[in-house]
Amino acid sequence: MTFQDLIPVIYLITAVTFILGLKGLSGPTTAVGGNRIAAAGMIVAVAATFATKEYGSYGSGGLALTIGGMAVGAVMGVAGGRLVKMTAMPQMVAIFNGCGGGAAALVSILEYTHEAQSGAPLAWGAVLSSVLGLMIGGVSFSGSAIAYAKLQGVISARAYRYPGQRLITGVVFVAMILLAAWLVLGAAGLVAHARLLVLVALAVAALLAGLALVLPIGGADMPVVISLLNAFTGLAVAMAGFVLSNQLLIVAGTLVGASGTILTRLMSKAMNRSIANVLFAGFGAGAGAAVGAREGDTRTQRAISAEDAAILLGYAQSVIIVPGYGLAVAQAQHAVRELADMLEAKGASVRYAIHPVAGRMPGHMNVLLAEANVPYEKLYDMDQINEDFKNTDVALVIGANDVTNPAARADKSSPIYGMPILNVDQARNVIVIKRSMRSGFAGIENELYLDPKTGMLFGDAKKAVEQVIAELKKAG
Amino acid sequence: MSPDVLLGAYIFILAIFVGFEVISKVPTTLHTPLMSGANAIHGIIVVGAMLVVLAVPGTLGAVLGFLAVMLGTANVVGGFVVTDRMLGMFQQRRRPTPKPAPAADGTGAPAADKTPKKAAS
Repeated sequence: MTFQDLIPVIYLITAVTFILGLKGLSGPTTAVGGNRIAAAGMIVAVAATFATKEYGSYGSGGLALTIGGMAVGAVMGVAGGRLVKMTAMPQMVAIFNGCGGGAAALVSILEYTHEAQSGAPLAWGAVLSSVLGLMIGGVSFSGSAIAYAKLQGVISARAYRYPGQRLITGVVFVAMILLAAWLVLGAAGLVAHARLLVLVALAVAALLAGLALVLPIGGADMPVVISLLNAFTGLAVAMAGFVLSNQLLIVAGTLVGASGTILTRLMSKAMNRSIANVLFAGFGAGAGAAVGAREGDTRTQRAISAEDAAILLGYAQSVIIVPGYGLAVAQAQHAVRELADMLEAKGASVRYAIHPVAGRMPGHMNVLLAEANVPYEKLYDMDQINEDFKNTDVALVIGANDVTNPAARADKSSPIYGMPILNVDQARNVIVIKRSMRSGFAGIENELYLDPKTGMLFGDAKKAVEQVIAELKKAG
Repeated sequence: MSPDVLLGAYIFILAIFVGFEVISKVPTTLHTPLMSGANAIHGIIVVGAMLVVLAVPGTLGAVLGFLAVMLGTANVVGGFVVTDRMLGMFQQRRRPTPKPAPAADGTGAPAADKTPKKAAS
């Protein structure tokens, strides 16, 4: 048995490490190990690939290109992964996902061109995999780039809607599918065409389709979109595996496709919406115009000072902290932890209520609070803690908005009607720390702020919490 | 349908079931690292990129091959680094749990172990 024969076995072992890695991620204690096992499998597979016959046939030119590409890619990956702030994690996942999609699309292009130039008749099955890999990878690449730009604030996070937008999106997708069909039928000998020209047109159509798909989606829905695009890239990689007859790529890509699909479904379920609704409803485009303050509603919000908040918290026996994206933006997790420690030292019970879609990704708040060493046992899921709000002295909402909006329970005309929310309004007192009265990502008003028992503490989450801490210290 | 494609189809379908089965048990807390970890795993496309790096002769082919390897590597490296960093924070908070036994609040020891944590954040 030569080393050549061993390479497929090494790929098989790598596929197993990927499955074990994902399995490891299902528990907090095994997660780090799982991630490392998968990384080790990846390294072994890449090392083995250097020894394959196909790769050897490219000679030193191929080696130089590979080393160069890997060096640049590794610098991008380490710099992007290490230097970025924790709040920027969602867009980093988006951009790395886009890289994978782009790579899968390029692999499909190169393999198709290689086959086409070899002069041999093309097998329509292989062409079908190629065009699927190109389409899905291209959509994932440009879609992820837009998702990145929206989350990073390069372009506005609002849902871009324009007249005839559905029509244009439809036309782009139909054009893409027709071009793909043209290539497949051409391979089957049914129609004639200039292969490379159609290929380039298909690549352009796929990139445009990614833009058309993601631009009209508002920033609040980006996590669902990233998750979906993650699944897309997985599928594109699986298609590239079909093109290259490489079972490792098929297994790895399909695993990711399946996981991304499940995650996407879980996330849209948490918002009580279907995936189709997320993709095509253009949530947040209306910017609150439709659901503004009602006629004749004379209630106004009540602004309070840090001192008022400190007094309220100082006498509270039970406090539930509801963190949201504002906490992440302000990097307030350490200050919040300090505040919680002080309140506990005074004998109060402090817990955290985590909404499934708080922040910009599922688990976003857990990660941030973990960074500040908040004990795991104090973080409660919505279902575990929602009944306890009515027995709670103070609910402290820090930078969360839509997930606390009672309109989701009561107001059938509200766009978020039916979304499960945290029952913050049932607490005896509510303190909301918020930068301004601007509406949340969903672009709708929050009735919680007009409730007489709600005090609004305006300001940056971190500064506001620090002021409250200072006031508490003064009071002793 | 060629035997290769048929074999691929078998693998594809079985992998869907394995993926659903393995992943449906992940708790909400770990969804972010899961998304990131899965993101790293599809970076395996870098193997595919290597296999076609010079499949198309000429400058354009070489440029596209280079880009494919570069993007694939960025996906792998960035994906694993980000995931490891996220998970590292989950580990960090587990350490204090067994510690409260020596309740020495006023001594210098707790202050000493706070410093590295702040540096890490």
